[in-house]
Amino acid sequence: MKIMKLVIVYIAFIFGSNVFAASSNVELESANTDISDIDSLKRGAKHFMNYCSGCHSLELMRYNRVGQDLGLTKEEIEESLLYASSKPGDLMKSAISESASTKWFGGTPPDLSLTSRSRGLDWIYTYLKSFYPDSTRTFGVNNPVLVNASMPDVLWSLKASKSTQEFEQDVRDITNFLDYVGEPAKLVRVDLGIKVMLFLAVLLVLSYLLKKEYWKDVKYGKWKAK
Amino acid sequence: MDNNKSWIDQRFPLTKVWNEHLAEYYTPRNFNFWYFFGSLAILVLVIQLITGIFLTMHYKPEANLAFNSVEFIMRDVDWGWLIRYMHSTGASAFFVVIYLHMYRALIYGSYKAPRELIWIIGMVIYIALMAEAFMGYVLPWGQMSYWGAQVIISLFGSVPIIGQDLLIWILGDYTVGDAALNRFFSLHVIALPLILVFLVFIHIVALHTVGSNNPDGINIKENKDKNGIPKDGIPFHPYYTVKDVVGAVVFLMAFASVIFFAPALNGYFLEHANFVEANPLKTPEHIAPLWYLTPYYSVLRAIPPMFGSQFPGVLAMFAALLIFLALPWLDRSKVKSIRYRSLPYKIALGIFVVSFVWLGYLGMQPVTPMNAILARVFTATYFGFFILMPWFTSIGQTKPVPERVTGA
Repeated sequence: MKIMKLVIVYIAFIFGSNVFAASSNVELESANTDISDIDSLKRGAKHFMNYCSGCHSLELMRYNRVGQDLGLTKEEIEESLLYASSKPGDLMKSAISESASTKWFGGTPPDLSLTSRSRGLDWIYTYLKSFYPDSTRTFGVNNPVLVNASMPDVLWSLKASKSTQEFEQDVRDITNFLDYVGEPAKLVRVDLGIKVMLFLAVLLVLSYLLKKEYWKDVKYGKWKAK
Repeated sequence: MDNNKSWIDQRFPLTKVWNEHLAEYYTPRNFNFWYFFGSLAILVLVIQLITGIFLTMHYKPEANLAFNSVEFIMRDVDWGWLIRYMHSTGASAFFVVIYLHMYRALIYGSYKAPRELIWIIGMVIYIALMAEAFMGYVLPWGQMSYWGAQVIISLFGSVPIIGQDLLIWILGDYTVGDAALNRFFSLHVIALPLILVFLVFIHIVALHTVGSNNPDGINIKENKDKNGIPKDGIPFHPYYTVKDVVGAVVFLMAFASVIFFAPALNGYFLEHANFVEANPLKTPEHIAPLWYLTPYYSVLRAIPPMFGSQFPGVLAMFAALLIFLALPWLDRSKVKSIRYRSLPYKIALGIFVVSFVWLGYLGMQPVTPMNAILARVFTATYFGFFILMPWFTSIGQTKPVPERVTGA
């Protein structure tokens, strides 16, 4: 059993370490999001549509799915998510064409459907917060999290017009929304998981009592072959 | 009911099979914690087969569609996310269960005569399972799927003389692409599952021929009552069926807590980089196989290239796997169970377990000078366990083995 304890300690050690590939040496700030905060998700969705969706797609997501999951009415979807040309059942593609983006940014801005899963929430949060002036770059800004990214500081107007705390909340809301987009099932799986665990706990008690009843024979040497 | 039974029994040996393998299959009464993992492995196999059937209904084995079809399952297929997480968690759970099952065989000497063939079939199952898991991991067609496949398959290219032709034969192309994805899909959903189910069947047939070992390593068939029934045996059904149900529920609680609360398990069960679609033009900074293959990946990297070829490392990697097959003949000890083994064996087993876990850890890490040295040291101790086994199992004082099983 000593060996078993050692194994457990080693495995805990291995699983405790972080395995996001480091693409920069910046220490990431904790995004501290809460996916069950639907108001935060709604604000994040609105900010995303206003500040991000011009260039970035969420190709794996549909407008009406977002509306359904966040409890938006049809009018609200049209008002805060949809732009003129899209139908509610459409995939959330960006407005920018490939030729235009290549001309302006030198490439297609990446699809953000799964960024929360590939980069992590802390990365998104810290990245969006960390733009600083740099006159050597085309857009006058640079970012320590993704050095020399060809992206302008699209949130500058938010940053300039609000307190730091309010701005951080805006960034947190966008990050939260991208967490939801990365895995829509996250909205339901934890609640379902608690129910499943409760069911299994009851099953465990019953199956243990059944085992105990049967094994009485074995324990007291009562069991005899037929 | 009885009429029905005899009607079937006249045409199919139903009652006979039931009695021989369950109701009158006598099992040692002293099974402990370590004896849950055989039945749990069957449970996981069934989970993988059933969830796999449903995933196959929606997955598209085509390089341009594969990645998005998995995300389509995660988003637009009803309960698709649950089925997919069950399958992806099931793959890792399979290896957790199998590693504990194999460790049980190591500590209680279950591989020793007369159970050599059970051990060998089990090892073939383990190797087939690795192939199955590797090909399954390619299917989501993320960056790690693609580059992991590229690294593993390129190993075959290091075989002298025929390497390059072998590589093209395996891939059906010059590189990992649509042709490889299609054939891996075929092997993953048909060929290997069939082989696995068949191997599991003969694993159990072989086990039921000689009977189970137990934590004392005693042959219970040497102590029978006047009816010819082992005094320390109890029928598998109902005693171990009801006990295994308890084990299954505990396992399902652990399984469900990963599925519902941490399905990616911080990148260990679903790697972060695999949420980026495969891109042949962009090599990831750090390529690592999933955790269950990393001990062997470490051995591969520990051996330096010789004569400008990676082949020695590849040979060492396969040797690390295949050397398990020789275990029944390397072990010279008169006793089976760790309870009565000599001190040198206990120390050696401890070193082996530490080496295996460390190799697994190093296999996930980037190579640094320190990691390279550690990997070589643990590769040496890994092989040392097998090579020195005839020696350390024949020295030291073993404890006397009791005549009847203890405990329970």
